Amino acid sequence: MRRFQFSPALPRTPAFTAGDGLIALGLAALLYAGTRLALRAPAVIAGPDISLSLGALPWYAMLSTGRMAAAYLLSLLFSLAYGYAAAHNRTAEKVLLPLLDVLQSVPILSFLPVVLLGLSSVLPQNVAAEIAAIVLIVTSQAWNMTFSFYQSLTTIPSELREAAAVFRFDPWMRFTSLELPFAALGLVWNSMMSWAGGWFFLMAAEIFNVGARDFRLPGLGAYLQVAASRGDVRAVILGLCTLVLVIVLLDQVVWRPVLAWADKFKLEMTAGEDPPESWCHDVLSRAWIVEQVEKRIWEPLSDRLDRRLRERFPARPERTEARRARPSGLAVAAGVAAALLAGYGAYGAAGLLATLPGETWRRIGLGVLATFGRVAVALLVAMLWTIPVGVLIGTNRRLAGILQPVVQVIASVPATALFPVLLLALLRLRGGLDLAAIVLMLMGTQWYLLFNVIAGAAAIPQDLRNTTDLLRLSRLDRWRTLILPALFPYLITGAITASGGAWNASIVAEHVEFAGRTYATRGVGAIIAQATSQADYAVLLAATLALIATVVTINRTFWRSLYRLARDRYRME
Amino acid sequence: MPDGTLSRPQPRPEASALLTLEDVGKAYGSGAKNFIAVQGVTLQVRSGEFVCLLGPSGCGKSTLLRIIAGLQRPSSGRVLYRGEPLAGVNPHATIVFQSFALYPWLTVLENVSIALKCKGVPPAERRQRALKLLDMVGLDGFESAYPRELSGGMRQKVGFARAMAVEPELLCLDEPFSALDVLSAEALRGELMELWLNRSLPIEAILMVTHNIEEAVLMADRVVVMAKDPGRVVTEMPVLLRHPRRRKDTAFQAIVDKVYAAVAGQKKSEAEALGVRPGQAGRIRRLPAARLNALAGLVEKIAAEGGRQDLYRLSAELVMELDDMLPLVEAGALLGLITVEEGDLSLTPLGQAYADASILTRKELLAGRILRLPMISWIYETLQEDDDQRVAEEYFLDRLRPEFADLAEKELDVAISWGRYAELFSFDDDTDELYLEKQTES
Repeated sequence: MRRFQFSPALPRTPAFTAGDGLIALGLAALLYAGTRLALRAPAVIAGPDISLSLGALPWYAMLSTGRMAAAYLLSLLFSLAYGYAAAHNRTAEKVLLPLLDVLQSVPILSFLPVVLLGLSSVLPQNVAAEIAAIVLIVTSQAWNMTFSFYQSLTTIPSELREAAAVFRFDPWMRFTSLELPFAALGLVWNSMMSWAGGWFFLMAAEIFNVGARDFRLPGLGAYLQVAASRGDVRAVILGLCTLVLVIVLLDQVVWRPVLAWADKFKLEMTAGEDPPESWCHDVLSRAWIVEQVEKRIWEPLSDRLDRRLRERFPARPERTEARRARPSGLAVAAGVAAALLAGYGAYGAAGLLATLPGETWRRIGLGVLATFGRVAVALLVAMLWTIPVGVLIGTNRRLAGILQPVVQVIASVPATALFPVLLLALLRLRGGLDLAAIVLMLMGTQWYLLFNVIAGAAAIPQDLRNTTDLLRLSRLDRWRTLILPALFPYLITGAITASGGAWNASIVAEHVEFAGRTYATRGVGAIIAQATSQADYAVLLAATLALIATVVTINRTFWRSLYRLARDRYRME
Repeated sequence: MPDGTLSRPQPRPEASALLTLEDVGKAYGSGAKNFIAVQGVTLQVRSGEFVCLLGPSGCGKSTLLRIIAGLQRPSSGRVLYRGEPLAGVNPHATIVFQSFALYPWLTVLENVSIALKCKGVPPAERRQRALKLLDMVGLDGFESAYPRELSGGMRQKVGFARAMAVEPELLCLDEPFSALDVLSAEALRGELMELWLNRSLPIEAILMVTHNIEEAVLMADRVVVMAKDPGRVVTEMPVLLRHPRRRKDTAFQAIVDKVYAAVAGQKKSEAEALGVRPGQAGRIRRLPAARLNALAGLVEKIAAEGGRQDLYRLSAELVMELDDMLPLVEAGALLGLITVEEGDLSLTPLGQAYADASILTRKELLAGRILRLPMISWIYETLQEDDDQRVAEEYFLDRLRPEFADLAEKELDVAISWGRYAELFSFDDDTDELYLEKQTES
C-alpha cells in the first residue's frame, strides 16, 4: 500500500518574498530564451510512423521504459547534487530552496511546447523530441525527490552527526554511512511517486502534436493514440494491457524489492508492525550468487574506493555546529552574473509581451478562467466520490484487503494514456472535448485524493471512533465532528497534489488532433497549443507565464493557508 | 581516611592535568541580549579520575561536554588538552551518547568496526578487533544483529564497545544510562565500574554528564555541581567512599544529601528572584517550567509529612527525576509557599495556609501570589488597559523576544498556564489572543 503521510512539505515562508520576484524574472528569462530559439524551429515537423502490429508492442514498451529510466536516473543524480548543495552550503540554501518551492508548484507540462520548439531548432527533430520528453519527465520527477533528500539531510538527529564527527568520518564516509542511508527511505518513497507521475508526462510527451508540427515519439503513448484515432479497439486493448503489464512488472521486480530492502534504513528502533514484503527481494536476498557477488566483488571494491577517497579527501577536524554563512567572492560573482542574465532575459520577454494587443490579454485571461473552472469542477467531483469511498475502505480492513490491489492497478494507468480512448468515446457528444478535458483531469487527480482519504480514515484512532459510537451521534454529526475534521489534513495534502495534476492536464486536454481533425475548446491550454502550432511566440510566452503565475498564486495563497490550518488545528497528535 | 580506602588510587597531586578548562563560556546569538549557555567555567580533569558534571536540565552540562570533545567551539576562554590548546574535534576523546547514536542500518559488528575503519585499520583486523570488543562488553553472538533487535541496555553496550574501539584517553559519557530502564541501567553501571576499577580499559579518565545525583555519588571520584541561568559551576565535591559503594550506607546518604542541598539551594535576593518587566532594565525572571496543579500536589504532600521533608527522600518517594522536581521546588519558592534549607523542603506559613484552604480560596491565594511576579502582572495589566481586554499573543511575544529569542513562546506558554490556573487570564487558540478572565459573580 502506498503510504501517504501528512508531512509539512511547504517551508514556513511568507506567501511572497523578494526571492519569488527574482525567480519569476528568471523563469520569464528562461522561457524567453526558449522562444527566441524557437523562432528558427522548422515550420513542418513530420512525426514518426506508428505501427499497430502486435510485434511492435514490445519494442514500443522498451522505448517508453528506456525514456523513463533515463529520466529517473537523471532526476536521482540531480536530487542528490541539489539537495546536498542546499543542505551543506548556507549561501546555496538561500537560493536553492525558494527556487525549489516555486518549481514544484509550476505546471510542468506548460514548458513542453517551448522546450520542444527550442530544441527542434538546434537539434535533429527526433533527437529534440527525445530530449524534450526526458527533460519534461525530469522536471516532473526531480522536485519532490530533491526536497525529500534535502529535508532528510537537515533532520539527521544531532547525536548521529556528532557520533560521525567524534569518530572522524571523512566527507565521503559521512555521505555513504550516514547521510545517504538516513535519506534512503524518503528517497525510495518519493522515487516511487515520481516514477508513477513520470508515466503521465511521458504519455503526454509521446502524443504531443500540434498543427503541422508532429512531435510524437514512438512508444506506448503514441501507439495508444494512433490506435484510438483509427478506432482500432483491439489495438487499444492490447496497448493498454501492455502498459499495465509493464507498470505492474516494474513495480514487482524493481520498486517492491527496493522498498523491502530500504526498510532497514528506517530510524525507529522498534521492529515495524508490517514491514513491506516482496517475493522478489526474498528470492534475491537468499540467492547464493548474490551473496557471492556482494562478498567477493562489491565489498572489496567499495573498501578500495573508500580508502582512495579518504586519501584524497582526508577528514578535517570539523565541528558539527552551524558555521556562519559568508558568501564567497565566486558565489557573489555568479549570483550577480545570473541576476544580470535574468534581467536581460526578462527585459527581452517584456519587450516581446509589449507587442501583444489588449484583446489578446483579455483572451488569455478568459482562457485561464475557463481552465480554472474545469480544474475546480474536476476537484469537486473527485472529492465527492473519493471521500465516502475512501472512508469506507479506510475503516474496513476486510474491504481494504480486497479493494486495495484493484485500486492500485487501476490507479497505476497514467491518465494521459487513456485520453485518446476517452476522445474516441466522447468526441461525438456535444461539448465532448470539454467533458473529455474534465474527465482527464479527474482521472489524473482522483487517485491522489483517494489514497490520502484512505490513509486519513485508517489513521482515525479507535478510541475516538468508540467514543463517537458511545455518544450515539447521528450520522451527520458523526461526519461533522469526527470524520471530516480527521480527514482534513489528508484531504488538503491530496488536493494540493491533485490540483497541480489537473492544471497540467489542461495542456494536452484542451486542444487535440484526433482522427485527422482538430478539436479545441476555450482555455489557456488550448491557447498555448494553438500558439505553438501557429508559431505565435509572443502569445505562447504570455499564456505560459499567465498559467504559471496563476497556479503559483493559488498555491501560495489558497492552498497554503488551508495547509496551515490543517497543520495547526486538525493534526491528530 | 575516614570513609575507608580506595580500590583505585587517588590521582597523585602532581599527576599531569589531562584536560584544563580556563574560564570557558558559550553564548548563542549576538548583541547584548544573547543566550548564555555556559559562563566562566574553570575545571581540571586529571589522569586516573572519574569526574561527574551534575546539574538540572538547561545548566549547559551537555554543551560543556561537547566543547571538551571539540564538537563545539567555546565563545570565550580556553580548552587545553595535555597543555595544548584544542583545535577541532579532540582526537583523544570520544563520547558515549544518551540516545546511543548507533546507525540503525548497520549491524552491531559494523557499528563498532566503522570506528576502526575511520582510523584506517585494514578489513581483516577490523573484524577481529571489533569482535574482541563486543566480547569484552558481553555481546558475543550478537554481532550480526541490528540495533533495533537489541534491548536498550545492549544497545548502550554497543555504544561503549564502539567508543573503546578508538582507544580514547578521555571517555566522555553524556547521560549514558538515562534512556535505560532502572534495572538495565544499574547492571550497566556495575559493569562499567568493574572494567574501570580493574583498569581493564586503556582509558586515562572518565567525564560523565548526569542529572541523577545518586548515580554521580555512586560512580565519581569528584562531583562538579552546575546551576543554570546562566550555566555555571557552583561547587565541586570530592567523593572519597570506597568501591563498591552502597546506597544504604549512611556515609553515602550523607553525601547525597549534601549534593542535593548544593543543587537545590541556590538562593537569590528577592529583587533578583522576581526579576523585572519586559522592557525595563535588568533581567526578566524565567518562570520555572512547572505546572501549578503539580505544585499543589507537592504542597499537600509536604503538609501530610508534617510540614518538612528531605528533598532526596521526597523525590524518591514520588518517583520523580531531579529534572521534574527542581522546577516545582523553584516555583514553590518563587511563590513563597516553600523554603529550601540544606536539602530539606519546608512549608512557609503561607504554604501551610494554602494546604488547608478550600479550592476557591486556593485559587485566590495563588492569584495574589503570582501577580507579584513582574511578568504575570505585566500581562495582566496590559490586558486590563485594553478596551476589550483582549490582546494578540504576538504583542507579548514581540516584547519577550529581545530577551528570550526562540524561547519566548515557551516562556509565554508557562505564563499563560499559570494565569489560566489562577483564573487571571486565558488564551484563545482560534484568534491567538490572550484575554482577561471575567470575574465570576458568586
